[in-house]
Amino acid sequence: MNNTIKNRERTDWWFRQLFRATGLLTIGLLGGIFMMLLLNSIAFFIHVSPVDFFTGSQWDPESAESKYGIAPLLVSTGLVTIGAMIIAVPLGVLTAAFLSEVAPQRLKMFLKPIIEMLAAIPSVAIGFLGIVLVGPGIAKLFGIQNGLNAMNGSVLLAVMALPTIITISEDAINSVPKAHREASLALGANRWETIFKVVIPAAMPGLIAAVMLGLGRALGETMTVLMATGNAAVLPKSFLDAVRTITATIAIEMGEVPYQTTHYFALFAIALVLFAITLAINLVGEYFAGRLRKFQS
Amino acid sequence: MTKKLKILIDWILLAGSTLLVCLILGVILWDIFSKGMSSISWDFVSQFPTHGMTQGGILPAIIGTFLLTIITTLFAMPLGVACAVYLNEYASPSLLTNIIRASIRNLAGIPSIIYGLFGLALFVQSLKLGTSVLSAGLTLGLLSLPYIITTTEEALKRIPNSMREATLGLGATQFETIKDVVLPRALPGILTGVILTISRAAGETAPILFTGVAFYINGITLSLDQEFMALPYHLYMLSTQHHAIEQVRPLAYGTAVVLIALVFLLNMVAFYIRFKHRSQQDV
Repeated sequence: MNNTIKNRERTDWWFRQLFRATGLLTIGLLGGIFMMLLLNSIAFFIHVSPVDFFTGSQWDPESAESKYGIAPLLVSTGLVTIGAMIIAVPLGVLTAAFLSEVAPQRLKMFLKPIIEMLAAIPSVAIGFLGIVLVGPGIAKLFGIQNGLNAMNGSVLLAVMALPTIITISEDAINSVPKAHREASLALGANRWETIFKVVIPAAMPGLIAAVMLGLGRALGETMTVLMATGNAAVLPKSFLDAVRTITATIAIEMGEVPYQTTHYFALFAIALVLFAITLAINLVGEYFAGRLRKFQS
Repeated sequence: MTKKLKILIDWILLAGSTLLVCLILGVILWDIFSKGMSSISWDFVSQFPTHGMTQGGILPAIIGTFLLTIITTLFAMPLGVACAVYLNEYASPSLLTNIIRASIRNLAGIPSIIYGLFGLALFVQSLKLGTSVLSAGLTLGLLSLPYIITTTEEALKRIPNSMREATLGLGATQFETIKDVVLPRALPGILTGVILTISRAAGETAPILFTGVAFYINGITLSLDQEFMALPYHLYMLSTQHHAIEQVRPLAYGTAVVLIALVFLLNMVAFYIRFKHRSQQDV
């Protein structure tokens, strides 16, 4: 290798450009994903009016008139995700409060890996348990024929969102200044009143970030809902109805549709809607997470 | 309500929630391992499926998953590390840097099924790689990229600035500093992040659905342009799409055991590297 200073500087310059290019690539990737969804969605909206798409109450692309109403899929997605949050938010925040405020160091050393293990379990394994364990349990509990419904999906998504919610909530609670607690205790509040009335309210921005990022995770989950919710693309009336989320619809139908048909483009259109929703939720979550980071440093 | 009772209720709320979270993990592992271990044998992990998937082993799915994760790592690790180096070592705070950081955060939040669609449009169709293990591995690589960038940057941040300054002061160029000082020191941290990310990618199913995974392939092939079997997809098909679902339940449980064991094993390797590295640094 020629080691003159000029050569070394040239190498340095080339690598600087290379590293820069990989940085720019991430913008390109996000832009590329968005453009891919947008262009295919435009191809869809040439054939089907956006009004029919957003207001139609039937999703039935295979029928004679090909109905492309997104409502049943949106309502299904919303129902399962809201159910998951009803379970996961209180459970996650209370666990985070226990970890950060109550648990002694040694217990924490034992609990933290448990949460990391829970986060590591693949979604397809959770979905499998929805079929063999949670579903039959729900069927027995409510006396219905099978437990592949929205409630099953909610329970499983709650499990999947829990590690995210616990980890970020714990950060949020940890970053509440000690002085808040001391002031509360000095005024005669006990430890528990301090946790519920001072620490948790003070940690609220971080807790909102935790909930939003957990919500984003649950919304975008495919395999668990695909396996456990029964996949009926009709407007659900209760948590005991079978539902079909946007993600599950893409997973089921993309494998079967002919290339570049209206139905094919329709799947990109519902993906664009999902992309927009998760992006909005993640942006809100990131806004609050940014406030939390600023607070910590 | 007496004060004592209230304290008791508060305590039960917090400790009970934590206990419930532990119980959830316990039930998951207990159910899968208690019912799946009986399927595990040397034949199960070393044989081909036979009799229309109702008997035999899962060897092709194990090999497929390994091949897939190798492609993912080879693609995503250099790119992700290079991007993290740019962000931590070169980039000054500017609008462009902020846009790159915002992109990375948003990429991490995109649902995995959308990566699947993107992989289908880009690798399978536009680049004409077809439904193959290469397309699927590259798709998983894109999915892994934001996580590898974030964890690598964390590792780079832990290298003290005095080390960079000493090298630069001795006349090394910035690239030489990165190549010979920063990256070698940060390697254990980088590896921990990469392995954790790859263990997640190995369990993903949605991104490979349309990019190359198959329920059954005849014979073992290591060529990159062929379809492949993978453990998570195998579990999905055995538990939802098989013609004799009840009959293959034990095989499904066995596949779940192998998949979870593989993911946990990768996690343990990562934590071992992190632990060993930390204790070395303390000395």
